Amino acid sequence: MAKHHIETTVNGDATEFLCETEDTLLDVLRDTLQLTGSKEGCASGDCGACSVMLDGRLVCSCLVLGCEVAGRKVDTIEGVAKGQALHPLQQKFLEHAALQCGICTPGFIVASKALLERNPNPTDTEIRYWLAGNLCRCTGYDKIVTAVKDAAVALRKG
Amino acid sequence: MRYEAPETAESAAALLAATADARVLAGGTDLLVQMRSDIVDPALIVDIKRITETRRVTEEKGGWRVGAAVTGAELKEHPRLKKVWPGVVEAANLIGSTQVQGRATLGGNLCNGSPAADSVPALIAAGAVATAAGPQGRRDIPVEDVMLGPRKLALTRGEFVLSFLLPPRPPRSSDAYLRFIPRTEMDIAVVGAGVSLTIDSGGTITAARVSLGAVAPRVLLVREAATAIIGSRLEKEAQDRLEAAARAACTPIDDKRGTVEFRVQVAGVLTRRAALIALDRARTS
Ligand SMILES: Cc1cc2nc3c(=O)[nH]c(=O)nc-3n(C[C@H](O)[C@H](O)[C@H](O)COP(=O)(O)OP(=O)(O)OC[C@H]3O[C@@H](n4cnc5c(N)ncnc54)[C@H](O)[C@@H]3O)c2cc1C
Ligand code: FES
Ligand code: FES
Repeated sequence: MAKHHIETTVNGDATEFLCETEDTLLDVLRDTLQLTGSKEGCASGDCGACSVMLDGRLVCSCLVLGCEVAGRKVDTIEGVAKGQALHPLQQKFLEHAALQCGICTPGFIVASKALLERNPNPTDTEIRYWLAGNLCRCTGYDKIVTAVKDAAVALRKG
Repeated sequence: MRYEAPETAESAAALLAATADARVLAGGTDLLVQMRSDIVDPALIVDIKRITETRRVTEEKGGWRVGAAVTGAELKEHPRLKKVWPGVVEAANLIGSTQVQGRATLGGNLCNGSPAADSVPALIAAGAVATAAGPQGRRDIPVEDVMLGPRKLALTRGEFVLSFLLPPRPPRSSDAYLRFIPRTEMDIAVVGAGVSLTIDSGGTITAARVSLGAVAPRVLLVREAATAIIGSRLEKEAQDRLEAAARAACTPIDDKRGTVEFRVQVAGVLTRRAALIALDRARTS
């Protein structure tokens, strides 16, 4: 049958695309819109590498259908830096070596940004619980938590 | 595979009734995983999130009506629900990660038909009633009667859950939900226990409901456990009776996550602890 024609907003820009019912938002972002920053780690909601914001909520884009985002707002890792200027979270992930292979990193940045927008001064425990749906096979998490805390400090200073 | 996102319950019911292999889509955190692993391959997906009634939380007849497609994250942020129904809200918030919380719904948790679904024992203990919409109109079903067994529901063709009604709360009432998992986050309940109760001004329990998850083919309403504590102040003897009644209700499976003996034992312990938390909350509510 005919593909769905979807009109939506991605990173603030009006965007349209065609998709099949079974295409996930992650498929659409990566394969149709060429926004390949969001990663597919598991396709089952377990790893968080595909994290995006949907109408201001952190979700796994592998568990959202492309069709569902008609008329909604999607924000991805591609919208986090402002031109060449990295977001403080991105800067701190680099400074603290909070990544190795980097597959998990876009998901961690998107998820951490959502946390800091709600809670500008989270404890270690709050960071770890909030990020429990983001898996990293490389870093052992400590450096990620440190980077998020340091970014929180930078953001509070403004 | 077709996709529809109707804006009324009536059109959703008509769509669901007209296609044999149709599936409701709420948060998709079960459905999309099952589609991906070829457990289900529906001909039609009916997204119910554009139906206003599935998405709102409103006061009704002194109780609360919660849309079937309200997410865990939204329940947590609701300014008043958590005060009246802390157990229901904490159970919904145990489902998955922050990302899953942004999507997972009470309706999906119930209608996925898993005996280990976390919010279901809390809803049953709360005395929640599901309002189903179907081609013949609407009907109310107590939550404990919705699930018949693993993946088996009492809903007829074309019917879906539109919302839940949490009943009015007398003074000095509260609830609690506890689960046991081998990790601290992101795991499926080995046992889940929900308790809701009301006390009088002297601290005696005047009403109670107890529900257990993951210890039988469906989530259980354990009337004997409630009877064991009604009229008591949850003294040691009443706690022992409660534990014994909870254990007696269990007919769990044996698997790598927990043996029968372990699940039965833990069911008793969690029920007691949940009752004590609910009592403590009722005293200060
Ligand atoms: C990483 C991860 C972790 C998880 N952790 C937990 C956990 O800790 N505890 C737990 O209990 N669950 C857990 N789950 C399972 C799942 O998130 C929950 O069961 C959730 O509540 C399902 O809700 P949903 O809205 O996403 O359902 P959906 O996937 O949209 O639907 C689930 C099923 O119910 C049907 N359905 C949905 N809504 C309705 C309705 N209103 N009327 C009739 N039928 C309906 C659908 O057709 C489908 O068959 C987890 C899932 C993931 C991916
Ligand atoms: S790819 Fe979506 S959670 Fe792993
Ligand atoms: S840096 Fe490799 S998975 Fe996290």
